[in-house]
Amino acid sequence: MANILNVSLSPHVHSGDSVQKNMYWVVAALVPALLCSFISFGVGAIITTAISVAACVLTEWVINKFMLKNPKCTVCDGSAILTGILLAFNMPSNIAPWIVVIGAIFAIGVVKMTFGGLGCNLFNPALAGRAFLLISFPVDMTTWPNPGQGLFTLVDNSVDGATGATPLALMKAAFKTGDPKMLEQLPSLQDMLLGNTGGCLGEVCAAALILGLIILLVKKVITWHIPVSIILTVVVFSGLLNLANPQAYANPLVEVLSGGLLLGAVFMATDYVTSPMCAKGQIVYGIAIGALTVIIRTYGAYPEGMSFAILIMNAFTPLINSKFKPKRFGEVPAKK
Amino acid sequence: MKTFRIGGVHPAENKLSAAEPIKVAELPKVAVFPMGQHIGAPAVPCVQKGDKVKVGTRIANPMEKALSTCIYSSVSGTVQKIDTIIDASGYAKPAVFITVEGDEWEESIDRSDKLVTLKDKPELTPEDIINKVKEAGIVGMGGACFPTHVKLMPPPQFKPEWVIINAVECEPYLTADHRLMLEKADEVLVGVDLLMMAAKVKKGYIGIEENKPDAIKLLSEKCKAQYPNIEVVPLKTKYPQGGEKQLIDAVVRRQVPAPPALPVSVGAIIQNVGTAYAVYEAVMKNKPLFERVVTVTGKQLSKPSNFLTRMGTPMSQLIEACGGLPDGDCKVIGGGPMMGKALLNTEVPICKGSSGVLIMSGKEARRGEPQPCIRCAKCVSACPMGLEPYLLATASGKKMWDKVEGEDITSCIECGSCQFTCPSNRPLLDLIRMGKQTVMGNIRARQMAAKK
Repeated sequence: MANILNVSLSPHVHSGDSVQKNMYWVVAALVPALLCSFISFGVGAIITTAISVAACVLTEWVINKFMLKNPKCTVCDGSAILTGILLAFNMPSNIAPWIVVIGAIFAIGVVKMTFGGLGCNLFNPALAGRAFLLISFPVDMTTWPNPGQGLFTLVDNSVDGATGATPLALMKAAFKTGDPKMLEQLPSLQDMLLGNTGGCLGEVCAAALILGLIILLVKKVITWHIPVSIILTVVVFSGLLNLANPQAYANPLVEVLSGGLLLGAVFMATDYVTSPMCAKGQIVYGIAIGALTVIIRTYGAYPEGMSFAILIMNAFTPLINSKFKPKRFGEVPAKK
Repeated sequence: MKTFRIGGVHPAENKLSAAEPIKVAELPKVAVFPMGQHIGAPAVPCVQKGDKVKVGTRIANPMEKALSTCIYSSVSGTVQKIDTIIDASGYAKPAVFITVEGDEWEESIDRSDKLVTLKDKPELTPEDIINKVKEAGIVGMGGACFPTHVKLMPPPQFKPEWVIINAVECEPYLTADHRLMLEKADEVLVGVDLLMMAAKVKKGYIGIEENKPDAIKLLSEKCKAQYPNIEVVPLKTKYPQGGEKQLIDAVVRRQVPAPPALPVSVGAIIQNVGTAYAVYEAVMKNKPLFERVVTVTGKQLSKPSNFLTRMGTPMSQLIEACGGLPDGDCKVIGGGPMMGKALLNTEVPICKGSSGVLIMSGKEARRGEPQPCIRCAKCVSACPMGLEPYLLATASGKKMWDKVEGEDITSCIECGSCQFTCPSNRPLLDLIRMGKQTVMGNIRARQMAAKK
């Protein structure tokens, strides 16, 4: 017999899906939001994203090559690129580059590689990086450039009128002081949908994020369970608060469109590694994130609660996985 | 459109030979009959070296007091030797070798094409049918090879309500059942009628996936006209719909509980289309099971085909008839690409459960480089049994046998959907198989210990 026969166990075919494909589809789904950010905040948004991606990839490459001495290229799987983009999306567009680099080293070096690299991290690296920076550099991380200062101008924060508050910060201040006039400064829902408002560079354009969600769902990169359960919970919870006292609590639509809620619900909470494995668990996780976000936003010290809510629930994911199991075939006797 | 309710995947169908009419394969020079080609104890040879046999002569009896069945010669000639041969499982099994001389059939077999229906033989009783099926050595021809007569006589506490015919052929590439339905529709329907009578049920279903619209149309029309109690159920194309439990769920919306429950616990008896045809031939034509339709296919073959093949024919002969093995390394698979077994050599004979021979190039069949699990949960959504393959595989790899037993590893049907879908190319099913076998061994050991 001239032919060599390969022998292996079944199945002998594969769907062709790969880690890279999933990662790059998420990157593709983030492109609309990046473009919107470019339109709102100018070239600074692109530069910050590029620095963050480069710093993340380089950190992973160095650790893998020189500390772990792993001959395989782990950078090629695309996950470091994704972390870099998401980290940048959680920062003001004109933040100092060295802060971005510190965030990237923390996200990849401490949160991801220390735990064993891809698939082993407990917390979402980009969000943990953001939380680290927010605590370490509170002023830099919360000085938001105003949108519409020209596509190719680098925003200088010292210029009067260059920076402003985010809608969430405005609301927090308004409800705290009880001054209804402050609420009038809130951007219109249309501006929030199109990204014409202050905020982190990736979170401002709700329409682009929703387009990203549609891309991810159509390409079957994620399922609907986590994003939909987060958004619905926020709408219902903040809607009830708003109905009870419209003077003290925000309109649920504003809650959904403002801050990092959509960015978090679509791209951060759905991170494969740190979210639960079965549909039931994912819904529980989504509801908890939505509720925690509203609680932190309404009663906490920070105006924004999404990133902390997701990080808290990341810690609960192993517990959710052990308590919520998919329904086994034949578990419930069928109706007669 | 009906389908099963949990999980499932949709591999590329690649039904290359769907339009190829069934051809009669040439007789082999030597036919080889492994004694263990069904689930249960191997058959016991009842011929000796030098004996003359005809087509349809019994060459092995079922092992006594065991789950077993008999085997018939598919050729006429002389018994050359009783030796061992490597079969599709990769293990050497005892087998009867027969040198082929001419093609002389036993006189008792009715070789005419005339259709015989139940109306022509009103004297048949359920017991007659079961007896004929048993004597003809019929087993489930979808691949599991469970002796059919045993399925038709469930333990007395169960009452079957339906016979469900598995005409799903959800494995990519295979078209043997599809062609059989198109070319032998009347015979298949009489076979279904016989199975319903034998199981004493009033209602029969034929589950066919929607990627075979011609078969759905043909059988629906015939059922409407002649068999009002048989219903054709079109099913959404999804793998593994041909799994017994998945098919029952898809057709009658009942889920068979975890083992040791049987399909008949929810009232269903599942039989393959090929089995229905074999039952027709055994009961109406007095012809024991010694030939079957085999799909020989693959993208590298010059003419993928469907053959009516005598059992014992080496697969190499069928591959030659389709243009021969392609150059370079390749993989020869007995069965379909999802659950078939990669063969060690091409001299493996066609047996009762051989539904197809698939040739893949080494490139097509090569597995991707495994990467770390990214916990994407795609295996969990794909699993048709509602298990967590990522967990079972990891824990099996760490030899946490009690953990995987608690996570219901024994419910795994080894369909391969998890490994098919895994973006990290992890060998999920390899590890799960190891865990499942160890756990089943542990369970048996505990049962043995409890008996003492």
